Amino acid sequence: MKILVNERPVVVGEGTRLYELRDTLYPGADCIVVNGFPSPVDRTLREGDRVVFIKRGECPAPEEFEALLTARHTPGVHEKIRTATVGICGLGGLGSSVAVALGRIGIGRLILADFDVVEPSNLNRQCYFVDQIGMPKTEALKATLMRLNPYLKVVTHTQRVDEASVATLFEEVDVMVEALDRAEEKARLVEAFLTSYPTVPVVAASGLAGFGPANEIETRKVMKNLYVCGDFTSEAMEHQGLMAPRVGVAAHHQANAVLRLLLGYRP
Amino acid sequence: MKVTINGKEQEVSGIKSVRDLLDHLGLDCSKVAVEVNSCVIKRDEYDQTAISHGDVVEIVRFVGGG
Repeated sequence: MKILVNERPVVVGEGTRLYELRDTLYPGADCIVVNGFPSPVDRTLREGDRVVFIKRGECPAPEEFEALLTARHTPGVHEKIRTATVGICGLGGLGSSVAVALGRIGIGRLILADFDVVEPSNLNRQCYFVDQIGMPKTEALKATLMRLNPYLKVVTHTQRVDEASVATLFEEVDVMVEALDRAEEKARLVEAFLTSYPTVPVVAASGLAGFGPANEIETRKVMKNLYVCGDFTSEAMEHQGLMAPRVGVAAHHQANAVLRLLLGYRP
Repeated sequence: MKVTINGKEQEVSGIKSVRDLLDHLGLDCSKVAVEVNSCVIKRDEYDQTAISHGDVVEIVRFVGGG
């Protein structure tokens, strides 16, 4: 019977039980994940089971590390996304959070673009840290991503993106994320990308300011290849700021939409 | 003439171009993206892109924040 143990193919006899396998291969493992879910009890193994044995507190061997990072994924997801490339234009409240979410699940390659540096007023919503103030956002975010998933390929462009450069910088992406701040820039980026690559989906965002109900944030298909996440009305302006909770909801709507598109589902 | 805008069929008159339609709807050209019959239209072509009876138009208006 063929199963996977820490992502390696292993053949076991019919009737082999989980704890028996642990005692043979990973004695002392105190966390067992089966098919993406922590298994609380012993059971008989089945054909195709994906089992991950983890010993808490221990750093895994390099050849096993990637398997452990994705132990809690829905089985089959990582294989599909590890060869994907996602572009993110804008690394602020939306873009930095989308990048971290996609980085954690092991998207193969991220192409990130932003001209700006980290400054203190960013920290109320953006995935940066006090010790990164003054650093270009591209560098700071890449350093953070490498800390949470060293297997990522991260390509950075520390520059403003315009209609001319969008087509070259993001030529190879499977999905494009619009994570800019100004409405005019959002509109221009979406138009420039979709006229250059009309068959590549774009996930944009509009309407995420303030502290209105999170339930008002939604993901909507608005064109053949354009999805927009947000409430479509809450504009960032005086007396309506941008803050981590609601911005994060929109960003994770975007990240989930990207994942669904890569897996072949409509967001 | 009848045009479908964001999924709703609407009767519009005096509309010849995408630009006319955006003006009719009171939308700021600089903050929208427009798709006509599944083709995204560049904003410097809004004046020249005709709107005809039966066209399917999608218009997204963006607001700032991100």
